[in-house]
Amino acid sequence: MLAEIGVGSLQEIFDRQIPEAVRLDRPLALPDGLPEQDVYEHLRSLAARNTSAEDEISFLGAGMYDHYVPALIDMLTERSEFLTPYTPYQPEISQGGLQVMFEYQTAISELTGLPASNASAYEGPSAVAAAGYLAKLHNGLRRLVISAGLHPHSIQTLRTTAHGYGMDVIEVPLRDGVTDPDAWAQAIDADTSAAIFAQPNFYGAVEDAAALSAAAKAATSAAPAGNGSERGGAGGAPVVVAQVDPIVLGVLAPPGECGVDVAVGEGQALGNRLDFGGPSFGLFAARDEYLRRMPGRIAGETVDVDGRRGFVLTLQTREQHIRREKATSNICTAQALNALAGVVYLTWLGRRGIVELGELLLARTNYARETLARLDGVEKLHDQPVIREFALRLDADVGSVRRRCAAQGVNPGVDLQALTGRAEDRGGLLVAITERRSREHIDRLADVLGAAVAAERRAAVPA
Amino acid sequence: MSALDESRLHSDPGIDAHRQPGGVQSGGGAGAPAAGATPLQRERATTIFQKGASGRRAFTCPALDVPAVDSGKLLPERFRRTEPPRLPEVSEPEIVRHYVGLSKRNFDLDSGFYPLGSCTMKHNPRLHERAAALSGHARLHPLQDAERAQGALELMWNLQAALAEIAGLPHVSLQPSAGSHGELAGVLLTRAYHEDRGQTRHKVLTPDTSHGTNPATVTMAGLEVVKLATNESGGIDIEDLKAKADEDVACLMLTNPNTLGIFDENILQIAEIVHGVGATLYYDGANLNAVMGISRPGDMGFDIVHFNLHKSFTQPHGGGGPGSGPIAVSERIAPFLPVPVVERSDDGPGGAPTFDLDHGRGRVGSKSIGRVRGFHGNYGCFVRAYAYIRSLGGDGLLDASQNAVLNANYLLARLKRKGVAEQLPLAYGELCMHEFVLSGGPMKRALKIKTLDLAKRLLDHGFHPPTVYFPLLVDEALMVEPTETETRETLDAFAEAVAEILREAAADPEIAANAPYTTPVRRLDEVTAAKRPVIRQAM
Repeated sequence: MLAEIGVGSLQEIFDRQIPEAVRLDRPLALPDGLPEQDVYEHLRSLAARNTSAEDEISFLGAGMYDHYVPALIDMLTERSEFLTPYTPYQPEISQGGLQVMFEYQTAISELTGLPASNASAYEGPSAVAAAGYLAKLHNGLRRLVISAGLHPHSIQTLRTTAHGYGMDVIEVPLRDGVTDPDAWAQAIDADTSAAIFAQPNFYGAVEDAAALSAAAKAATSAAPAGNGSERGGAGGAPVVVAQVDPIVLGVLAPPGECGVDVAVGEGQALGNRLDFGGPSFGLFAARDEYLRRMPGRIAGETVDVDGRRGFVLTLQTREQHIRREKATSNICTAQALNALAGVVYLTWLGRRGIVELGELLLARTNYARETLARLDGVEKLHDQPVIREFALRLDADVGSVRRRCAAQGVNPGVDLQALTGRAEDRGGLLVAITERRSREHIDRLADVLGAAVAAERRAAVPA
Repeated sequence: MSALDESRLHSDPGIDAHRQPGGVQSGGGAGAPAAGATPLQRERATTIFQKGASGRRAFTCPALDVPAVDSGKLLPERFRRTEPPRLPEVSEPEIVRHYVGLSKRNFDLDSGFYPLGSCTMKHNPRLHERAAALSGHARLHPLQDAERAQGALELMWNLQAALAEIAGLPHVSLQPSAGSHGELAGVLLTRAYHEDRGQTRHKVLTPDTSHGTNPATVTMAGLEVVKLATNESGGIDIEDLKAKADEDVACLMLTNPNTLGIFDENILQIAEIVHGVGATLYYDGANLNAVMGISRPGDMGFDIVHFNLHKSFTQPHGGGGPGSGPIAVSERIAPFLPVPVVERSDDGPGGAPTFDLDHGRGRVGSKSIGRVRGFHGNYGCFVRAYAYIRSLGGDGLLDASQNAVLNANYLLARLKRKGVAEQLPLAYGELCMHEFVLSGGPMKRALKIKTLDLAKRLLDHGFHPPTVYFPLLVDEALMVEPTETETRETLDAFAEAVAEILREAAADPEIAANAPYTTPVRRLDEVTAAKRPVIRQAM
């Protein structure tokens, strides 16, 4: 090979191209390489020091959930033809992947009631941030009004990226567990680019999405156009964005039927593993008129020269590889394999299954909330309808209660204040229900949590 | 009828009215197979939504084991969905047959050569899938308490340390989800760094050879792109840099070696100029495969580096993700890193290390830019990248880069042989690093076929083509990156195929112009797809 290249040594290839001054003159300070079996043992020993949902009865949620992933998804996502190809830039040999994207877009569109879906975003919170950017591109306004019911990570991510693309983030508080309707209407003005809320919200409450959307549109159409800004979109209304939990959209009214313009969300619950927080995928769907501002890949249908139906990446002039600094986003690699898992999961659930699953979650979640709220020292944080997750307030230190439960093999849920940092969340516990949490599990949680709270309350009483 | 049906995005009479496949043989000449000849070509593309029948199902819902309550009492009617979503009604065998069938309409890396420039399509070891599937990794919730996620946190810590060593920069965040997400974090870090010093800078310099994500990122981060020229050797034009580097420049974004496969020999001087005006130097890690263990971005003077775990570190591409884009930064940038960071203390029993996530950086008074996503990042990708690094070790990574560069230079040499070199000359330089860019300009003029046609004809030879029409600087560009995991035999076969296509074109340019012939579909109408987008199945 060296002869073909015309050099005397491999070293010569580097000597002729890399200046001495930037050459690393020592080996990398890394452990020596290992045979496959040793690497496997090492990774297994690391895994053994993690308590997963396999090792305890877990009610952890707050954005990612221990749903059952059917075996056929593992089989499909491990297939070479789905696991190892690149982004489909050569569509003739990528019809499998492109058709999967097209089917995924269709499924998300059906779920959300919005006609234009992309082929995936990275995950939930960054999809919320991307929606803010879309709103900015759409109407050029400065304010993002958000509900405090958004996931804390969405709020933080939005603040970080909005600081970059030059928008102000105004947070509207909750009242009785849902977005305060008066504060919401008041916060939205003629300078509001987008109004963003979560459905269900972070505290598990089902919001009145239609009312929030209507209020957002009404708030600005009544406002005087005093600041002289040019508005895109009908009536100068802000872009209404909802961060949704897709798994309950078989039961909850879809955002597209509630006046929402852009629906985003965390897709992990749809056929993807917990994986300590990623990879998963973000869903991103919108009304027709936002199509050309959408971020990320979009697969479109077409025909080939012989008239065969086929699929291609389309509207690529939005994207970074074509439009560069004028692109609608910088997304290149997204979450195609995770979106494959998502569409297969939705297909596996099917039209009836997603409704049945939603009804099961609704029934069990309410059973769990009622059962736990009857315990001494435990009360509901709010009384709003809940469907898969709910918040409690404990009359005891949440950290200590959780440790006692963990010792009994039960993880009772998320310490709310630790996640939100809000003073009013002190004593808060967020409990998530999936179809894997049976009545038996819930009853065990009640026993263990009840005992833990009681023990902590006793311990707190001065002698 | 669903409100969705009123949208125009799902139906188009022009598309629905297309002819049955196999009717017309278009283009080609002697030696071109009849269109519609292969079984995959005869198969009509049918989506899962067009399959199944009412009542079929795959999922069996667990039984209701809690007391039934009138669900109208649990959820007000007005919050409820009135019609179920129109998801398919199919059985499990139908699902399996459908998606396995789709998989056969895909080319993939396990099946063949994929010399896409700057994509680093190297082999994805299957050990990584086995390791990532262990329930201790796969079923671990991101909000599990640190004391019961020590394996995961240690893995992240170790990966951070390894990436820091490879980059030559001490502080790492694993949070960004992809390379371009890492770029966004990096530019936001740069802004925070300048704002902290009381400065507002508006511009980011980036060469005209940069990957499209670089300028797109700059705009998303609220800054302005200023293009830098490339000199005749393929590096940054130093005079242009000196002219444009001023105190309104926040950052210079570079990759080294660049997208021409050229290592910029002036890199230290470039760093000096940039730092001299108080700006930061950002390294796009897409081309790291050329230099692992050989040269480190930190030693070249870079302040911020992003890695693509789905490139050099074997995270499978998945047809477009998932990826992961960790960043490594210098001391002066470290205070601004996203939150949380993995921390280590040696306060376990007997001084054993314990690991935690430090959220403190996000508190008031901290300088962190905050979060760029939920939770900690794509941990599943960390497991795979970490397994790779532990498998290869330092020597193995050096070996990988050396072989990547060797393979690229060998393939380049094969393509410099008579018959090919005249049509597809190397655009810049003589040797290359891990990739090289050829220009199809002469081929277009002499043989009347374009780089696009060459690429499409390569599909008939069972190869994925190289990257085409990038970088923009090169006329009819063809960017080739073989990686270190390809054999000499494969490289020879690819070079032979290119030579054969050129010979064929000299005799009859129509053959390549109408290629491919043997793929499941042939050339697709992308113009109509953009003019009248159809992006969901009509119901």
